[in-house]
Formats: sequence, structure tokens, C-alpha cells
Amino acid sequence: MAAWLVGKSRMKAPAVDYVRPRSLAEAVGLLAQHRGEARVIAGGQSLVAMMNLRVAAPGLLIDISRLPELHSVSEDTDAVSIGACVTHAAIEDGQVADPSRGLMPKAAAGLAYRAIRTRGTIGGSLALSDPAAEWPAVLTALDAEVMVCGLGGRRSIKCAEFATGVFETVLAADEIIERVRIPKLSADGRWGYLKLCRKVGEFASALAVAVADHTRGRSRVVLGAANGAPLVLDQTSQLLSNGGRDPRNAVAADLDRAAADRHFDEFQRDLHGVAARRAVQQVLQ
Amino acid sequence: MTAIRVQINGAPVADDVPPRLSLADFLRERRNLTGTHLGCEHGVCGACMVLLDGAPARSCLMLAVACDEREITTIEGFAGDPIIGALRRGFHQHHALQCGYCTPAMLITARDLILRQRAGSEREIREGLAGNICRCTGYTNIVTAIAEAAKEIGKEAPNA
Repeated sequence: MAAWLVGKSRMKAPAVDYVRPRSLAEAVGLLAQHRGEARVIAGGQSLVAMMNLRVAAPGLLIDISRLPELHSVSEDTDAVSIGACVTHAAIEDGQVADPSRGLMPKAAAGLAYRAIRTRGTIGGSLALSDPAAEWPAVLTALDAEVMVCGLGGRRSIKCAEFATGVFETVLAADEIIERVRIPKLSADGRWGYLKLCRKVGEFASALAVAVADHTRGRSRVVLGAANGAPLVLDQTSQLLSNGGRDPRNAVAADLDRAAADRHFDEFQRDLHGVAARRAVQQVLQ
Repeated sequence: MTAIRVQINGAPVADDVPPRLSLADFLRERRNLTGTHLGCEHGVCGACMVLLDGAPARSCLMLAVACDEREITTIEGFAGDPIIGALRRGFHQHHALQCGYCTPAMLITARDLILRQRAGSEREIREGLAGNICRCTGYTNIVTAIAEAAKEIGKEAPNA
């Protein structure tokens, strides 16, 4: 315990300024102006915990949680766009259009606890990119795009390229996630999902998402909780594309290739293998 | 200091708060509503549960300043609520508490489970309670009490 904390409240957030901008443009401007010192807050379900633990000590909080443009959901023939501030609970409850034929509501329902899901947002989860979080892996498997807004304008980033490591993303210092565009699964699209954790609602020890959409020629198997960005299992994805039935060799080969890079110990490797094989088997059933 | 206006248990409240102040500390220290308990203060134990605009929320993970214009219900605000009434009877009858520290949040969580029809089986109730830690009871009596309250409420309002 740091000397200056002794005798003072030890689990309280440090002093901070707070502002609630009225538009996304204003929020981006503030973020650029207070570069490095400000943090964007939406649901705050990770950030406030990090502040209470004094792991994060931003000088300014920019509260985007009430910007109406970040709550909007739109749908066209190919995709559903979900605003960054849509909560996990809204997705769990089917309050927003589901492009994933049930995968997203399933993932949302197992994400932390209901009282976290009512506040936490899909954009916040992506922006933090906790390796063990659900959305980075699920949205990578669904081949979603992250639409971000910064001083220089808007750009879209494939979810597979968005996270670069543990709590690291390609988001620039002046950029805010605006929405996620998720391609719709076709009518014969199938998915498998397996989260392994020791207690309901905990962060995953292993997380596998398999999506097979033969009509659109898109199949992908992704691991979360993989000591870094979501891990796309290339050979296993290929196997699903080709209509293979037995994922064991492909999963083993993918894990062999990733093992050194991701520093899996033997137990983690086994967990990931079990999760990946079972998620693929759900697709094949 | 930032000015906020909130509704707490139906009554309007205006105050100036430092932005770092959590909703839990605001309720306990400024409003003397000490039924909202603080255990871990990082969103794990669930003892600080309140309703925010009718939905369960962790008051340790909410800044009071971000609750401006919102409606907050604490355990002190459920007088006359039929589901909380049934839960209180169940908790009393089945000895579903010992030290009582987790109880206000257990009641608010259980009410939400019943309202969302997620208290239909022991498994459902146990999964729904995963975010609320009790260090005394071993949960068995809490689960029994909630199951009974859910049954009682279901009888009164079969289409609820």
C-alpha cells in the first residue's frame, strides 16, 4: 500500500473532472484537446472498477452514454449496425435486431452479471479489448466492422484487425467507437459458442466461437481469452468451409502454430482445444 | 463539484457532488441510505445493488454525477412492493440470512429474477445469483426462499 493511501479511503476513485458533451463531434474534440489525459466513459463497468482500484487515473471523464446517435440501431438487407452505447442487456433481451441468429443474445446472456449487463456497452467492451471478453471474439467470428469517429473523420476497421494485443487496439487517441456493423448470417448460417469459466459470469478461461455460413462463403473459428487479440484458427476455419467433419487435427495444428506466440501453458492449451472442438461440433450437429 | 438532480425512492434530490463520488457513497454518506452495502467496490460481490431507472445496477461502479436526472431505488424504497414482500417473508421463514450484509442486494436481485421470469428452477436461481456473494449461508436457504416467493407471486399473477 502506498504511504499516501494509508489511513485514507483505499478503494475510492481518484479525483477527476467530468463532462457530458452534447454531440459525438464535441466528444471527439474534447478527447483530442485532452489527449492522453481524458478517457471516454460509457457504462463504466470496467473503467470505474479500474479507477476504484487506482489502476486508471484519468484527469477527465468524457461521458458519451447519453448521446442518442450512439444508441441507434439500423438494419439493411446485408447487415445490422448497433450503436456503441447499446447495452449487453438490450442485446440479451432481443431489444435490438439480431444479425447473428441467436449467437449475440447467447453471448450477451453469459457476460458478467445482469447488473453489469444493464450498464455495460458493446462499444465499451471493444474499446477496452480485454482478452477474456466476449464481444471481441464473437464480433471477429461474425466478421463485423468497427466504425470509429475521430478529428480526421470516420473510418471502418475490420474487427479481426481492431484489437492488437492485451488491452490494445488500433483506436487512435482522438477516436471514439460509433457503432459496429455486423453482417447478417444467412438463413442456413450456423454457429457454435462455448465459454469455459469456473463460475457463471466470470471472465472466460477459454472462449470459442465458430460461425459457418456456406451461402455467403464465410466460415470462421475464433478463440477468445487467448492471451492477446482474438485468435482466428485458420486451419479450423478452412475445415468448416470445406465441410470437414472432424476438427481434431485442424484445431491441434492451429494451437501448435499459436502456442509460442500466445504463451499457452499445457492446461490452457487443453482448455482452448476443448472449447474450439466443441464449438465446431455444435456447428456440425 | 457538479450539480445533480435525481429521484431517490420517489423523492427529488438535488446536490453538488465531486465527480469521483460513487453512487454507493453518495447514497450512504450524503443521503444516509445505509441499506446499500459496500463489499468489494469493484463490481464482484454485488452487495451495493440498487435499481437505476428500474434496472439493477452496481452502485459502486456508477459515478453519482453520471446518475443526473435518473431515478434510483434503494432497498429502503420497496415498501409495499408485493415481490419484495413475498421475498422478505421467504427469507424470514427459511432463515436465508445470517449476518445480513448481502441481503438487501439479494432481495433486489431476486426481485429482478422473478420479474424477468428467471426464477423457475433451482438452476436458474443459482445462475441468477452468481453476481451476489454470500459468505454465511451457503446459498441453499436463499435459493429455497426465492423459489418459494417466485411460486407465491406466480400464483397471484399467473400471467405476470
